[in-house]
Amino acid sequence: MLGLGVDRLQADINRLLTSLFHQGVLDEQFLQLQQLQDETSPTFVYDVINIYFDESEKLLRSLRLLLMDREFSDYKKIGLHLNQLVGSSSSIGARRVRNVCVAFRSASELNNRPGCLRGLEVVEHEYHYLKNMMHELFQLEQQRLLAAGVRYPM
Amino acid sequence: MALGDLSSSSTSELHVLAVDDSIVDRKVIERLLRISACKVTTVESGTRALQYLGLDGDKGSSGLKDLKVNLIVTDYSMPGLTGYELLKKIKESSAFREIPVVIMSSENIQPRIEQCMTEGAEDFLLKPVKLADVKRLKELIMRGGEAEQEKTSNLISSPKRILQNNIFFFFIIFFIITIIVIFIV
Repeated sequence: MLGLGVDRLQADINRLLTSLFHQGVLDEQFLQLQQLQDETSPTFVYDVINIYFDESEKLLRSLRLLLMDREFSDYKKIGLHLNQLVGSSSSIGARRVRNVCVAFRSASELNNRPGCLRGLEVVEHEYHYLKNMMHELFQLEQQRLLAAGVRYPM
Repeated sequence: MALGDLSSSSTSELHVLAVDDSIVDRKVIERLLRISACKVTTVESGTRALQYLGLDGDKGSSGLKDLKVNLIVTDYSMPGLTGYELLKKIKESSAFREIPVVIMSSENIQPRIEQCMTEGAEDFLLKPVKLADVKRLKELIMRGGEAEQEKTSNLISSPKRILQNNIFFFFIIFFIITIIVIFIV
């Protein structure tokens, strides 16, 4: 009975990951992260992704504050924040978030405020989609570990 | 600033100083190096890296380093001191210029790469850094160390070799003379 539960959950996990790769949400760098996880570092992917979420949300909040300011003119600062987002997204394999950040950055280099506002909306949308997908993935993995009789250190 | 292992260093394990302003990238590079059996110390800026090495002019901070650093891996684009500027400072120092320095960058800019290699960088890695990159790097650094050892062992054995060569030489001469004598007789 337990065995069946684990297999079904593993199939769900594989299906979700395949879909995310297929959509271009994730790329091969995510696979690299998974390769770095083992018994000596059993929650590595979970840990890195959570650090990424914390950092990204700080940057997104800062970007929104900057752009909401009517007297805004610091495009250079926007560029710096976006460099960080592009870099960290690329490091965890978040291909789509990275790409929309690059597009946003191009708008900021042209000092195009409406373009930047649109860019930010797109980035926020892609980021939240990724976050929801990662939460679903971690939930499935936790369930699978429980089904296999292992306690997940949450 | 994460401090590395403070136990006495083992000669077989590399101690790497990783410099990156991105917390996500620090976590990833640290894991890449650890899984490749390296000791790792991560710092968030070039300034911190210099402090760790004791190069910032403040005598007091040199006590932080308990392990010899065998390799420095640094991001290029960092606020304050860039990776390139850090590379220059390390190559200018008599104490640390022998330590290989590797630059990482998410941007594939040829003039930037050339500038770093000219300044003495060991290698230039494109981000995101992969396990294969770290493995290759480790082999390069370890082989560099082995080549050093081989060079010294050749020098040490050369007096022995000269003696061996001489003995061989005398044997040949003795043998030839014996043959000639037998021939004459």
